[in-house]
Amino acid sequence: MELLEAIPKFFNYGFLINALIVGTLISLCASLLGVSLVLKRYAMIGDGLSHVGFRALAVATVLNWAPLAVSIPVVVVTAFLLLRLSERGKIKGDAAIALISAASLAIGVFLMSLSKGMNTDIDNYLFGSILALTQADVALSVVLSIAVIVVFLLFYHRIFAVTFDETYARATGLKAGLYNSVLALLTALTIVLGMRMMGALLISALIIFPALSSMWLCKRFSAVTVVAAIVSLGCFFVGLLVSFVYETPTGASIVIVNLTVFTVFYLIYKIKQM
Amino acid sequence: MTLISCENVTLSYDGNVAVEGVDCQIAAGDYLCIVGCNGSGKTTFIRGLLGLLKPVSGSIVFSDGLKRQDIGYLPQQSTVQKNFPASVREVVLSGRLSRLGISVVYRRQDKQAAREALELLQIADLEKSGFGELSGGQQQRVLLARALCAAPDGLKVLILDEPMNGLDAHAKTELYATISELNHKQGITVLMITHDVQAAIQHADRILVLEGKQEFYGDTHAFQHTALGRSMLRDSCGNNCAVCGIGLGDL
Repeated sequence: MELLEAIPKFFNYGFLINALIVGTLISLCASLLGVSLVLKRYAMIGDGLSHVGFRALAVATVLNWAPLAVSIPVVVVTAFLLLRLSERGKIKGDAAIALISAASLAIGVFLMSLSKGMNTDIDNYLFGSILALTQADVALSVVLSIAVIVVFLLFYHRIFAVTFDETYARATGLKAGLYNSVLALLTALTIVLGMRMMGALLISALIIFPALSSMWLCKRFSAVTVVAAIVSLGCFFVGLLVSFVYETPTGASIVIVNLTVFTVFYLIYKIKQM
Repeated sequence: MTLISCENVTLSYDGNVAVEGVDCQIAAGDYLCIVGCNGSGKTTFIRGLLGLLKPVSGSIVFSDGLKRQDIGYLPQQSTVQKNFPASVREVVLSGRLSRLGISVVYRRQDKQAAREALELLQIADLEKSGFGELSGGQQQRVLLARALCAAPDGLKVLILDEPMNGLDAHAKTELYATISELNHKQGITVLMITHDVQAAIQHADRILVLEGKQEFYGDTHAFQHTALGRSMLRDSCGNNCAVCGIGLGDL
């Protein structure tokens, strides 16, 4: 009841409306991309990229530059690098991601501490803050998120093909490398846009949880994609509301709601198996 | 009529020569099995035929109007996740991807081609099933349907990379029968990689043995009477070959 009563009050706060707009779009983008990333076993790329994003934000903070202007190109370039390493690097993909992820986190924390000492900025970057979103962030998020969604829909069948069977896709002349790059680019943009609200440590959950939850119950790729999107949006709204009412961290609240849905879907799957 | 001519083909992979000196003429209606040990260059040769690798030397020439789009391909099953959440319909339709062009949705003729491929392989009733729910044999048939519906004007050549891997004896028998039917009744030229020399002799009419280079190319009957053929049969089925019915002592 308390949660439902809080909904009208929700719209009295400008920063919450910003969070609602950005969060809705990011949740949708993350869930759409998440299905392919999880199935291609690239889920950890999201985690690695968010840590790289944290490092980029730290550098921007130290140099007093615009955070997104620094982090977007850095994360996009890293996404392509990780993709290449996963495909044919001498270091195995998971080890490369772990290496880049840990190094980026360490460099980020180090730079931030040199700049101002350990302060609340680090907490905000690591665990997210809805207060961190400016009008400019919102505008950029809307434009880029719409671009991510449109590109995903345009290439939906091709993304399915490279996700299901890349060998076959390549053999039939599909430019699998190009579509993997599109996937990496869209993921990088989603990570950068979402990490200020969700935090560097939690943004990858937005990619992984909805996809995994929907896979318990759906057997068609299209159904998995649609249900993942619905789950992601639902979990975001409930998580944001919980965060608002109980004054809990936004990113953590959204992830806990996602975890709850994942557990419920798993139990339904198990019951159906009996 | 020759469809594919390979002349002294050498192919390399990651800078190393994988297979060399391949000379063969594949004619319309042939059923060719490509045999050899792991790492003998079988898959590399297939990749060359599919245009994914360019020969370092020699040539692969398509003739009699054969185009790349007329070739269907069934990769090794290991490239596909067994429990992937996709319906049979989604998987088979993905065979039509190269025909999608700038469209973002499949057209009516794509859906019709997918349905016809499922009917041809007698798995139309599985159309709405989840790919992950199927047996290994059924999954292979679905992937075969995907390969069949890919060609715009009917498939001319079907390339299969170890299609029997992981299948039980019953599923293997059924799949061999289906492939033979596609070859005999539909006139599709079949090129199949296999480790099973006995099955190759039983089903195919030509055989290509690769061991980093071409060891043999010719018809299966002639192959059984070569020293290499006898040796490979002995390795694969002991002293007496139950499948081809030949006592090796008599060869």
